[in-house]
Parts: sequence; structure tokens; C-alpha cells
Amino acid sequence: MVGTTLELRGSPFLHEIIQEVPGGERIVRCLQCGTCGGSCPNGADMQYTPRTIFAMIAANEREKVLKANTMWFCVSCYFCVSRCPQKIPITDIMYGLKRIAIRERAYQDTDAPALAKTFTDLLDKYGRSFELGLASRYYLFNRPVAMLKMGPMGLSMFTRGRMSLVPTKIKNIEQLQSIIRKARELGGTRP
Amino acid sequence: MKYAYYPGCSLECSSAAYDMSVRAVADLLGIELREIDDWNCCGATEYFSQDELTACAVIARNLALVEPQLDQVVAPCAACYLNLKKVDNLMQENPALADKINQCLAAGRLHYDAGRVRVRHLLDLIHTDIGEEAIKDKVVQPLTGLRVACYYGCQIVRPYNGSDNPEQPVKLDQLMTWVGAEVVDFPVKAHCCGGHMTQISEPQAFELIRRLLHNAQEYRADLILCMCPMCQLNLDAYQNRVNSFFGTNYQIPIIFFTQLLGVAFGLDWKKLGFGKEIVAAEPVLRKKLTAPAATA
Repeated sequence: MVGTTLELRGSPFLHEIIQEVPGGERIVRCLQCGTCGGSCPNGADMQYTPRTIFAMIAANEREKVLKANTMWFCVSCYFCVSRCPQKIPITDIMYGLKRIAIRERAYQDTDAPALAKTFTDLLDKYGRSFELGLASRYYLFNRPVAMLKMGPMGLSMFTRGRMSLVPTKIKNIEQLQSIIRKARELGGTRP
Repeated sequence: MKYAYYPGCSLECSSAAYDMSVRAVADLLGIELREIDDWNCCGATEYFSQDELTACAVIARNLALVEPQLDQVVAPCAACYLNLKKVDNLMQENPALADKINQCLAAGRLHYDAGRVRVRHLLDLIHTDIGEEAIKDKVVQPLTGLRVACYYGCQIVRPYNGSDNPEQPVKLDQLMTWVGAEVVDFPVKAHCCGGHMTQISEPQAFELIRRLLHNAQEYRADLILCMCPMCQLNLDAYQNRVNSFFGTNYQIPIIFFTQLLGVAFGLDWKKLGFGKEIVAAEPVLRKKLTAPAATA
């Protein structure tokens, strides 16, 4: 295994990523081999592949990275992670970039943050995911036109008993909500 | 054999066929599944995109709720499996993070010791803990002549599966051979179904789904077997949309591997959740499986 290959000192953004992502310190081992982008099912649609993103992070191109579509095209398939010769947790770094972009509302042209927020709002409220609530709220507020196309599919799911009209709530929702409140209060994974 | 059981939200309704067939097959194989009392959603990929500590704490609550006398938990859903495994791994590797997660759990009067519960996927459990001989013993309806494509998807085989190949896994192929099915080559067996991309950017998602359907058809598979609710939903419920998008005409039934195992074991098809899939699987099963008569 090769040691440090990306330049550590010049880039505050590189340090920020290392702080943001558990295991993120391995990013400095990147060899710029490009296996990640070549293995990615969505690599062709990314503005910058993960390899390029890592070079940009090392070059402190913070704004450009946070506006890129790269992380929103990551589908968490972990192909890049299993192939990376330097064992960089690439998917987790993509999650870290999504978190920073969401916190600062730096993202562009993607509904993914709205989907994520709608999903976890329902989780916080009921303790379980609620597919109909998720689909109706997300599509209504973000993609009203696309909602029409979803109609026939929703109906066929419903007639086969695959769509519930009411959410399930866990018994001890207060316990889950206390845990979530505490996690928010502690504010992130960094020590 | 007793295991804690974490069904996950999809198995409650949209993938009820998976839950029904998991329970029916487990029962027949003598696997006792004890559902975690009051489990909560694992957050899928959506919490990790926003707040990692909350993501971990929400997942860790489920690990903490595993009964003290049990030391293994089974999750049939790929995302649930990955998340439970990921948090347990993170806590083992990073004691400072484990402390922080336990501070969150303490707010709900819970605690979890990293590594206490071994997270298993159902396929590994059936393949390894039950094994070839016991599986073959239970077959009353050999699946001879039925051509199946075994689809693994991503998160069960990557990045945490140490017991199968992360790109060309074989455990489901072997299991299906044990029950007499003809397993076709399926080079994209561990490729991505698009996950939640169907909700965000349809052209990309539909292309990923098309590749899988196309590959299965090239190898003349009668059906595709899934082991993840998201994969099943994308390939089955979006198949018509994909057809209109590309001008194709795929009609490939997509079912859960436990449903087909149940068929081989002679279980009642209704109890295995058949009829819930959008592209009907029963016609091809009836055509291909002859003696003894399928129980409907």
C-alpha cells in the first residue's frame, strides 16, 4: 500500500473532508488511477468522476466540488470501494460531500436532497418509512408533472396490496425521538 | 437455530411477498426468526446523506433492541443488512464514535456493545448454516427446466461480504442448483438496479434497469430472482415504464429467491406471496414445472 500521495498541506477542504467522514483520512492515498470512475454505473453522467473530485479536493476547489453533480449520481453500489486499490471509502466520501452540500445549500439541479429530507422527516415522525406519504409529498412539492406518470404504477401497486394508505408508527416513538434529538445536539461524528 | 429478525419497512407492505416467503421457508427449514420488538426504519441511504451521527444512532437502536440471549440478526433487505453491518463495523473500528453513538442511545435508555450482534444476510444463513444436504432433503418439486437469473444487486455483496465474491457472487446460483433449477449465466448479476435514482433521475435509472432486463433476456432466463426489495421494485414495477421509454417489450417476472425456494419445497403459492408481482410469474412457473402438480 502506498502512503500519502495527495498533497495534504495546501488544502483546508481536504482536512474538512477527513474530519467529516469516518475513515476519510484514506483519501490522501489516492493514486489517481481512475478505477473508481471506470467502475461507476453512472460515471458517464458525472461532471467529474470520483478520481477528479479527489484531485479537486486536494486543490481546494471547494465551491466547484460542492456544486458538482457527482455525489448525487452516486447510487451507493460500492463497486468503486470494492475495486479501489487503496481502500478509500469512496461511497462514504460521497455521503460526506452530500452532507456538506446540503448543510450549506450549495447543491444545484437535483431533487435528491428533497427526497432525503422527506424520507427522514417521516422516519422521525413515525419510526418507519411510509412509501405513499413519501411519494406524494416528494412528487407534489418537487416534481408535480412527473407525478402524473407515476399514477398507473401506483395503482397497480395498490391493487396488489403493495401500497399502504396509512403509516405504521412504532410503539416507543418517544424513545427514538429522544435518541435523534441527542444525536442532533451532539452534532456530527467528529470527536 | 434462533436468530433475531429485522424485516425492515419494505417487507411490511411493498415487498410483503418477501416477508411471507422468508417466514414460510424459515419455518420449514427449522430456522426460528424472532422479530426485534418495535424495530425502526434503518434510514436507507437517506439519513447518511444528511447527518451521519443520527443515521448511526437510528440504526444502532435496532442492534440495541436485539434480545440479550440472541447473538445474530438476520435482515433480508440489502439496505437494512448493509446499514446494520456498517454501524456495527464503524463502532468496532472507531471506539470514539461508538461512545458517541452510545451517548445518543443513552437518551433512550439503551446501550449497544460493538460486535455483540453478528449481522447476517438471509442468503448466507440458508446457504451456510442450513447447507446443501438439508436443502436437497426438503425438495418435493424440483425446478428442473426452469431457467433462472440470480440477481444479487449491490449492498449484500459489497463492501462487507467476506464470504462470497463481490462482483461475481455464487451462493444464490449454488442454492438454486441444489433445488434443481437451471441457473443461466448472468454477467451483470451484481450490477446496480439504480436504487433511488428512479425517484431522482429517470433516464439514468431506466438505463440501469434496461441493462439487467436485456442481459437476462439474452441468456433466455424465465425469470429473475432478487434478494433486495429495491431491486425487485425497480425491475418489476418500473418494467412497463422502461419498455415505453426505450420501445422495448420485456415481460420478465421478477420474484424473491425465497418465493422460488418455497415452490421447490412444495409450499402453498399464496402463502409465498405470488400474485403481488406486477409481471405475473405464475404462467411461466405452471408452464415449466410439471410433476408433481403445483399446489395453488
